[in-house]
Amino acid sequence: MEIVNFTPMPALGGGVLIGLAAGLLLLTVGRVFGITGIISGIFNPIKGDILWRVIVLIGLTGGAFIGSKVMGTDAALQLRSTPFLIIGGFIMGFGARYGSGCTSGHGVCGISRFSMRSILGTMTFMATGFITVAIMTHLGLN
Amino acid sequence: MRIVSVLVASLLFGLGLEVAQMTNPQKVIGFLNITEKWDPSLIFVMVGAILVNTLLFHLTKKKASTIFGDVLQVPNKTHIDKNLLVGTALFGIGWGMGGFCPGPAISGLFRLDPGILIVVVSMLAGMFSYGLFQKLVSK
Repeated sequence: MEIVNFTPMPALGGGVLIGLAAGLLLLTVGRVFGITGIISGIFNPIKGDILWRVIVLIGLTGGAFIGSKVMGTDAALQLRSTPFLIIGGFIMGFGARYGSGCTSGHGVCGISRFSMRSILGTMTFMATGFITVAIMTHLGLN
Repeated sequence: MRIVSVLVASLLFGLGLEVAQMTNPQKVIGFLNITEKWDPSLIFVMVGAILVNTLLFHLTKKKASTIFGDVLQVPNKTHIDKNLLVGTALFGIGWGMGGFCPGPAISGLFRLDPGILIVVVSMLAGMFSYGLFQKLVSK
């Protein structure tokens, strides 16, 4: 193993912003910043509980847009090939609801609450993520 | 005021993802690629986020309600079950395969890249299908 492309300071700075964002959402409206849970609530609509969820989705991409202008990272990204985007995207969405959370809900918010479920969930998705990428790398798949 | 704070919080979250370059799947795949060329940046994102959020979470929890007087709606499940393990295992497979998790997929929409749109549509289809699957299983 060789360490490449390591950007510790932007990573730490971005992380601090994410932690502030999640803290602010809880402190003001009492919700945890679990993006899977926030999207899932739109599938089972409850009156008066939709608007804030839609605002989160708009805010996320708006914030990233501002960030890309500030950081100069708005160039096109190198993505996986379309079949992997489709299958990977589907399994990722299916699994996120199945496991009651994703990187934000379990990885950030859950670990911050010292939830054993989230700590175990995060270890599980990291492990299967490592295995999946190892297999794809060794088979030369992109 | 509630809506303004939701907007500010989500703008900050999206900004944080972009500053940390977590909207770039190459950074995510690079982190998951531990056997070859490894990019440990994602650990620093999580450490930064968890340190700040732990502090804010425990301060807020002490007050028991939000600054607007709302009830805190924090997940209360504590038992480890099959759904948690199978679900997060599947989630990790999809995350590594496509290079995206929900936050970065949604945040990346501003790029108007057809590939990111494909990820978001597939993710929503997966989330919707889980709802159907759950109904089928609980019958």
